[in-house]
Amino acid sequence: MDNIITISVEDRDGKTQEFEVPTDVNLSLMEILKASEYDILATCGGMALCATCHVEVLSGFENLPEAEDIELDMLDTLPDVTDDSRLACQIRLKNENNGLAVRIRGSLQ
Amino acid sequence: MITTDICIIGAGPVGLFAVFEAGLLKMRCHLIDVLPQVGGQLSEIYPHKPIYDIPGYPTVKAQELITNQMEQIAPFHATFSLGERVEELRKQEDGSFHVVGSDGTLIHCQVVVIAGGLGCFEPRKPELANLEQFEKAHVHYMVKNPEHFRDKKIVLAGGGDSALDWTVFLADIAKEVTLVHRSDSFRGAPDSAEKVYQLAQAGKINLLLSHNLVALQGNGSLNAIELTNKQKESVVIDTEHFIPLYGLSPKLGPIADWGLNIDKNAIVVDTFDYSTNVERIFAIGDINTYPGKLKLILCGYHEAALMVQSAFKYVYPDQKLSFKYTTVNGVNAF
Repeated sequence: MDNIITISVEDRDGKTQEFEVPTDVNLSLMEILKASEYDILATCGGMALCATCHVEVLSGFENLPEAEDIELDMLDTLPDVTDDSRLACQIRLKNENNGLAVRIRGSLQ
Repeated sequence: MITTDICIIGAGPVGLFAVFEAGLLKMRCHLIDVLPQVGGQLSEIYPHKPIYDIPGYPTVKAQELITNQMEQIAPFHATFSLGERVEELRKQEDGSFHVVGSDGTLIHCQVVVIAGGLGCFEPRKPELANLEQFEKAHVHYMVKNPEHFRDKKIVLAGGGDSALDWTVFLADIAKEVTLVHRSDSFRGAPDSAEKVYQLAQAGKINLLLSHNLVALQGNGSLNAIELTNKQKESVVIDTEHFIPLYGLSPKLGPIADWGLNIDKNAIVVDTFDYSTNVERIFAIGDINTYPGKLKLILCGYHEAALMVQSAFKYVYPDQKLSFKYTTVNGVNAF
């Protein structure tokens, strides 16, 4: 279908679920995760200030828009950063992100 | 001691507008904020960013909004304690509060309004089981005095600006410097990263990329740090000090200990008047939560306007509140 993609999300307990996500509503991945009632704080509301929406990208990393400096600077400070880490609040999903798989990592404190 | 009607914790846009709304009802305000200037994140983090959703302004720069708000509240002569964090709240017998600041400032008020935004930014700690055991003397979340590490063996951890910059700086001071980073590269700050790579190549520091922290070792004093490398093999580095520099993250801080209902780092309020579960304590702006909450400046303004209607009865228990428009009555300074 046009402008609908499927992404998969692994929660903190290792449970994976697939979602259909519209790509024409300009929502960030953080907003989608919150709307789907995943356990993330997203304290700063999408300003790349708190990193509580930290996700590890399991597949589809190469199709994501490149991280800007503000996101890279924040990721580099995280104790549990991996080479596949991103901040969900800085990712706006597009049609080419169909099949994206992420694992939720952000701190709950 | 400072005596006021309302003590507002947080001098961001919402805290400042609360001064205006309180002022219309003849209530005086004192604001206390951990930052050295008013404006909260608008002035501290994005003063030059445009904001597009303030009614009446097609676009306004964050600092310009704060400057205008200061002008708007000037008639009400609010007082400020800036650069000071609120540490404690003491309830008095008559129901009023003493608010205690980190520099010892004591504020006596009838009502406390928490407009703390994201909270205070505190150092992010790595998840290591025995970290606390060494926190006092051997683990440092910031470098206050570099001389403290002269001729010592130290391990820094992190990959952000401050980890890189302090590694470079302390390379000349400490006896042995090791920098541990979980990732295999530094993605931000290319200049600082280049300096660190050069120091590592010259043998002046020990750079451990793709290494994970496992545990701190020592009995009373820190002796070593246990890590795993990319191949998951154990690596032990002898050290006297551990300096994890993982940036700052917003926390509620001491507010979390005041008996307020908290949900996901935010204070639960009643949308009737943005009161908390503790009488005379209100929470407005980004720091509160309720069904349908949106973290928008304009929502915080609305919350401030409703909040003062209830705050009034604690400040003027014998008076009846009558609602007046500024277009009818103007703004009467006091």
